[in-house]
Amino acid sequence: MIQTDICIIGAGPVGLFSVFEAGLLKLRCHLVDALPQVGGQLSEIYPKKPIYDIPGFPTVKAQELVDNLMEQIKPFNPTFTLGERLDTMEKTATGFQLKTSDGTEIDCKVVVIAGGLGCFEPRKPPIVDIAKFEGKGVHYMVKDPETFRDKNVILAGGGDSALDWTIELSKIAKKITLIHRNETFRGAPDSAEKVFDLAKEGKINLLLKSNLTSVSGNGKLNAVKVQGADKSELELEADYLIPLFGLSPKLGPIAEWGLSIDKNAIEVNTTDYSTNIPGVYAIGDINTYPGKLKLILCGFHEGALMAQSAFKHIYPDKHLSFKYTTVNGIESF
Amino acid sequence: MADIKIRVQDYTGEIKEIEAPTDMNLSLMELLKANEYPVLATCGGMALCATCHVKVEEGFEKLSESGDNELDMIDTLPNAEYNSRLACQLRLNDAMDGMLVRLAADENDL
Repeated sequence: MIQTDICIIGAGPVGLFSVFEAGLLKLRCHLVDALPQVGGQLSEIYPKKPIYDIPGFPTVKAQELVDNLMEQIKPFNPTFTLGERLDTMEKTATGFQLKTSDGTEIDCKVVVIAGGLGCFEPRKPPIVDIAKFEGKGVHYMVKDPETFRDKNVILAGGGDSALDWTIELSKIAKKITLIHRNETFRGAPDSAEKVFDLAKEGKINLLLKSNLTSVSGNGKLNAVKVQGADKSELELEADYLIPLFGLSPKLGPIAEWGLSIDKNAIEVNTTDYSTNIPGVYAIGDINTYPGKLKLILCGFHEGALMAQSAFKHIYPDKHLSFKYTTVNGIESF
Repeated sequence: MADIKIRVQDYTGEIKEIEAPTDMNLSLMELLKANEYPVLATCGGMALCATCHVKVEEGFEKLSESGDNELDMIDTLPNAEYNSRLACQLRLNDAMDGMLVRLAADENDL
C-alpha cells in the first residue's frame, strides 16, 4: 500500500507542476498515469511540437517542457505508478483509498484529478441495442484471441487494428468477415495488401463500401445486418462482432465516483478548484467552470490554488503563511 | 471581406445561418462552440477526439484538403462519409461563405 499526502491522477504538465506547488507546502505527492511515461499528451502525442504560450519561454518543445518540469519537482521526490489506470476511489476515515486496474492501492489524504483528456476508450458504433450485446458477442477489443477460435467472427473498421486482427483471427476463426465503409484502407499498406490477398484466396469475406446497421440475437448475438453501397441489406450470421472504430477520450471510471460532471468534464469551484467531494480537486483540461480555457498556463495556476486549499483540508488547524520561493528558496524533502 | 455566413444544421435538423469572422484565425469548431452548439471539443482542436465531426452538405469541394491526422481520425469514425470533416481542422476563410455543415458527432459525445 502506497501512502502519501496527495495522490495526483494524471502525470501531464499540470499534474507534474502541482507536485512543486504542493512541495512548497511540504505535502508529498504520488502520481498515477495510465500511460507508461510521464508528460501526458505532451509526451504521447506531440513531443516535438513547439509550445509558444508558456510564460518565460518564447518557444519550448513539448517534451522539453516535461523534462524541465521533472527537473523542477525533483527536490520534492514525487513517486509514480505508471501504465496503470485508477479504477476506484473510496472514502476512508483519514482521506481516500484508490485502486488501479492492476490492483495497486494508494492511501492518501487528498485526491487531485489532473487527467487531461481522460482515458482513451473504444468508440462504439451508433447501432440500436448494441449495448445489450456487449460482452455477449460484441467485443470492442481482442483480449484473448482464443475466444474466437472456430467461431464465426465479424470485424468492422478500417484502421490498423481492424486489419491486424482480421489477419490474426483468420488463422484460428471458423469464418472471418471484415466490414469497411471505404474501398481502401488507411492502415499500414502491408496489412491492407495482406487483407486483400486473404479475400482473394477466399480465406476471409471482405465487404467494402458497407456499413453495419443492426445487431440481433436472443440474449446472445447471433446476426448482424450490413448495408452495402447500393443500399442493399445483407444479414450475416455471427458468433462475435468486433467493432474497431478507434479510441475516443472519455472520463472513464472517474465518471462513476460521484463527482459533478458537465459534458465530460468535472465541475469545480474556482476559489480552489475543489469538486463537490471535499478533499477531491480537479485541475487542468479535465475540469470545467465558466470561462474555462484549456491551457497549460491555466492548469498551472489551478494547481497553485489547489495546493493551498489541499493544505488547509489536510491541516485545518495549522496556520499557512504564504512564502515566495525568491525569498525562501526551496526546501527539498 | 471580414465576415462570411455559414449555415449549420443541428441534431434536430434545424438549419440556422451564423456570421463568421475570417480575420481572427478561428476554426469552425471554435465558431460552433461560440454559437453554443453542442460541440465538446475534448481535445481542444488537435484532431484527436472527433467530437467536432461535421458533414459538409454544401461547399465541401471548396474546402482545403484534409491533413493526414484528420483523415486518420475520420477513417475510424463509424458514421463517417465522403463529406466528413473535423471542424477543428477548418480555419474560417472566404471560400466557406454559404457553406452548409451538419453536426455529426457520436451521440455518446453530446
